[in-house]
Amino acid sequence: MIDFLAGLGRAGLGWFAVLGRASMFLGRVLLSQDAVLRRFSLTVAELYSVGVRSLLIIVVSGLFVGMVLGYQGYITLVNFGAAEALGGVVALSLVRELGPVVTALLFAGRAGSALTAEIGLMKATEQLSALEMMAVDPYRRVFAPRFFAGFVSMPLLAALFSAVGVIGGYLVGVGLLGVDSGSYFSQMQAVTDWREDVVSGVIKSVVFGFVVTWIAVFQGVDAEPTSEGISRATTQTVVVSALAVLGLDFILTGLMFGDL
Amino acid sequence: MHVSRESVDDTPHVVIEDLAFRHGRKTVFEGLSMTVPRGRITTVMGPSGTGKTTLLRLIGGQLRPSSGRLWVDGLEVARLSRRSLYNLRKRMGMLFQTGALLSDFNVFDNVAFPLREHTDLPEELIRHLVLMKLEAVGLRAARDLDPSQLSGGMARRVALARAIALDPQMILYDEPFAGLDPITMGQIVTLIRRTNQTLGLTGVLVTHDVVEAMAISDQVVLLAEGRVVDRGTVDEVRGRASEWTSQFLEGRPDGPVPFHYPGTPYRDDLLGGKESRT
Repeated sequence: MIDFLAGLGRAGLGWFAVLGRASMFLGRVLLSQDAVLRRFSLTVAELYSVGVRSLLIIVVSGLFVGMVLGYQGYITLVNFGAAEALGGVVALSLVRELGPVVTALLFAGRAGSALTAEIGLMKATEQLSALEMMAVDPYRRVFAPRFFAGFVSMPLLAALFSAVGVIGGYLVGVGLLGVDSGSYFSQMQAVTDWREDVVSGVIKSVVFGFVVTWIAVFQGVDAEPTSEGISRATTQTVVVSALAVLGLDFILTGLMFGDL
Repeated sequence: MHVSRESVDDTPHVVIEDLAFRHGRKTVFEGLSMTVPRGRITTVMGPSGTGKTTLLRLIGGQLRPSSGRLWVDGLEVARLSRRSLYNLRKRMGMLFQTGALLSDFNVFDNVAFPLREHTDLPEELIRHLVLMKLEAVGLRAARDLDPSQLSGGMARRVALARAIALDPQMILYDEPFAGLDPITMGQIVTLIRRTNQTLGLTGVLVTHDVVEAMAISDQVVLLAEGRVVDRGTVDEVRGRASEWTSQFLEGRPDGPVPFHYPGTPYRDDLLGGKESRT
């Protein structure tokens, strides 16, 4: 029993230590953000590797999610003779929830794990140490541009996900199931509110982008510099990001749409 | 023991005074004092786990001593601001055990990296400088290769070219001979000796390859259990040869450093028959 309590205490202290290190790390990364503009070519390279290279998975997933929404929405709505409202259902689900959340989960799996592995490997092969010894600050040279790239890419990818999802819903709803094309879009326009829905979704995706990139970059830096350490950190990135995204989504939804 | 004889006519490059370094509960150094004379090669030797690499990191300012003081070039490293520390590091090269080349860049760009980061030299001039450095380590023709295509020895040679790119006054070598075949080892030994002599650099070399290290060192410092066990020129250390030193230098498996992990006598263990199960 005492052992259990001691273990619990140790784990708790360990968590606080990690949280402290992560916060200090974040502080220094944010203070180094001026490097993002000063070394813009580095930032562009990171935007490419973090954002552009996540395009395929985001676009394909968005299309399929939209198509499934089209199906499921239609099956439910047609019972009430409200199949024309499909456009609104698809758009609302995507813009409010699925766009930011699913994109964040995919982003953690694709870009987040890659960031962790890359930085972990740089640590294990002493590249970060070498940069420091060459009087080059890894915070400015390595972490700041990556953090910025992730933070910027994520909302853009989420927007793209939602847009492609709407097209997916259209393909199935209008193309396959015979919903009227005009009412698909007019319904969408009628029920989707710019501030309530679109802006809320964008805020979510910005928060998720920040958190997922923070977790990913920090896990890489904090990884034990061995092969096992890197693989553990990569897994941790995906798991912790997923939990953080889902937990934050609940809180943000409560704040935005409910009276939490 | 006072400052080594080399430093009489010149100020020492690195001075360490009563330094302690603890990592968690583990004491790595306790009461460590030594000097590194300018323009000479000092080799720090000792068994694995005596904190030889930690010593280099302390000199490079990547770690801070728990107590005691450490000066490089007359500057107390632990008290420098980040900017001054970075300025000091520009005058310091470090050769990492694995080379630590940046995997995003090819050989040429790796050597050009410090020049591009710290100078505004035109690309044409950088090209000349990089080719000169690569020629010095015999890898001018390998400039387009990626780090992943290099053997361990080649990676270390590129790293050496990179370490001397900014013409430092001192180079720290972390286990430069570990895991090399005899030919490559010979190449690295020659390179280290040649670069240090021709450029008049201070070298701090951390290793446990006794023969190679003895061949190129001006001063040898033996570390064990967090302190200096012996120091002096190669001949002095050899001549003095305490029991521990000679065991280390000759690589005898048993002696003051026992072959067996300390424990109860073998006989008691066999006949006692009790085993703690975990």
